[in-house]
Amino acid sequence: MLKILVCISHVPDTTTKIKFEADGSALDRTGVTFVINPYCEYGLSRAIGLREEGKQVSITALCVGGPEVEPTLRKALAIGADDAVRIDAPANDSAFVARQIAAYAKGKEFDLIFTGKESIDFNGSIVPGMVAELMDFAFISFATHMEMKGDNSATFHREIDGGMEVLDATFPVVVSCQKGISEWRIPNMRGIMAARKKPLAKVSPAEVREYVDPVKLTYPPARGNTQYFEPEDAQGLVGTLIDKGLI
Amino acid sequence: MSILIFAETADGQLKKPAFEAATYACDLAQKSGEAVHAVAIGPAEASTLEKLGQYGVSTVHHVHDEAMNAFANAAYAAAVTAVAESIDARVVVLPQTYNGRAIAPRIAVKLDAALFSGVISLVDPANGFDATRSAYSGKGIEEIKTQCDKLVITVKANGYRVEAQPTEVTVAAFAFQPEASDLNAIARELIKASEGISLTEAEIVVSAGRGMKGPENWGMIEELAGLLGAATACSKPTADMGWRPHHEHVGQTGIQIAPNLYIAIGISGAIQHLAGVSSSKNIVVINKDPEAPFFKVADYGIVGDLFEVVPRLIEAIKAARAAA
Repeated sequence: MLKILVCISHVPDTTTKIKFEADGSALDRTGVTFVINPYCEYGLSRAIGLREEGKQVSITALCVGGPEVEPTLRKALAIGADDAVRIDAPANDSAFVARQIAAYAKGKEFDLIFTGKESIDFNGSIVPGMVAELMDFAFISFATHMEMKGDNSATFHREIDGGMEVLDATFPVVVSCQKGISEWRIPNMRGIMAARKKPLAKVSPAEVREYVDPVKLTYPPARGNTQYFEPEDAQGLVGTLIDKGLI
Repeated sequence: MSILIFAETADGQLKKPAFEAATYACDLAQKSGEAVHAVAIGPAEASTLEKLGQYGVSTVHHVHDEAMNAFANAAYAAAVTAVAESIDARVVVLPQTYNGRAIAPRIAVKLDAALFSGVISLVDPANGFDATRSAYSGKGIEEIKTQCDKLVITVKANGYRVEAQPTEVTVAAFAFQPEASDLNAIARELIKASEGISLTEAEIVVSAGRGMKGPENWGMIEELAGLLGAATACSKPTADMGWRPHHEHVGQTGIQIAPNLYIAIGISGAIQHLAGVSSSKNIVVINKDPEAPFFKVADYGIVGDLFEVVPRLIEAIKAARAAA
């Protein structure tokens, strides 16, 4: 039996037009749809793939957050996780979140912990590596491929600058997932019905400190002021780019 | 007290992100009066590592253990931590490459330090540490601070300048023996994407999308990129349809890049695409649809048929080169 933990981040949908509260304290959630972080969903999907390959697996989906993340965890259950855990604390700081996940996972003998390569809101790419360190697990970052090798190890591909690394690792392993490792799945009606009855436990947070304080959210400098060239005037564009030292 | 950078090497050579990290550390050192050290891991000539002196590094600690010739996440993190502890580093700066991002969290836990990732400003060490970082896939900027007395930073690729600030440099071997358990996941094979230029490090990126109508038309994109010494990229739909390889996909769920010049051809500029490229310093958009959202973030634009405009661009560049 492979015990798998899939860490889920609850994030604004990729099509969201990002707006912040006027004081920059937080995201303006008005009208925003929240989803499973797409990279975490690759991990969930790969875990379910292992079951389809005939492995005995148990899949627990975990999210650190308030009650508002429960629909996101229900979706993970609908896609195919067996049970879900919500650690009842705000996810403001990656180091805090990583320590919550590790505190939960310690002693539960997980073989595999899947995470996204990063969350699409804060893009930190911090949680998976910290969980690996806190658990003393091997860490496969930016995984694009995973194939079981026997019952207790796997071959992975991981993205690196300018190519791909092939590596083998014996479990337990933390795997941060990105495109390629699996395909997203759409939950079917049976899955959605079943998800209502699957266990979703609320767990109190461990006593850990926060390391980084968010101060303020602002927007990148406005762009625009586009300088247009006529379609016939490629020369004009090229001349400008050369003058500006861009090419 | 001192500042340590992770000077990443590939095939025994230092890469641009190492010099970005060095420049970053050097600028920080000027505020704090600390010395800048570097750690390099794996095979590299001393004469190669000495180049870091050009960018303000005074001591390079070279970890060279046969077992760590290929990247090994836990062992590399342990080695950087060992060097950081030996020089009482207050700040560890890593480039935000795949490997830099992979080891930074472990190092932060080992040092009980705060970790700032994707930093785009120079850290202010006046009261704790303050910095700004990129968030919401480039759609936001986050100001953060910590009261921790140690800090690990990853600096966004192409997010900081490279500037020579020559100093006297010493390259010294650093004795480090990895634990067997830290060598569990070790690369046994490398598959190079292509001989092309790495997307995340490229100064210029030429990118194309569905407006290309089919993969058979990409010849002119490659020609344009070749002329400019640029990397090629593509939008998500073209990668999904198999017109282009997935490793070229830039955008929110693909690779995020910040080149000096991004040329978008036949890409409408969906919000998910913009999220991955909006940190580019200059953007050129070529699209036949004047309403394409990409024009809203473009510095330079041409509204026209790409099948006419791109060949003209190629000719104009060739003509300008011939005249120069």
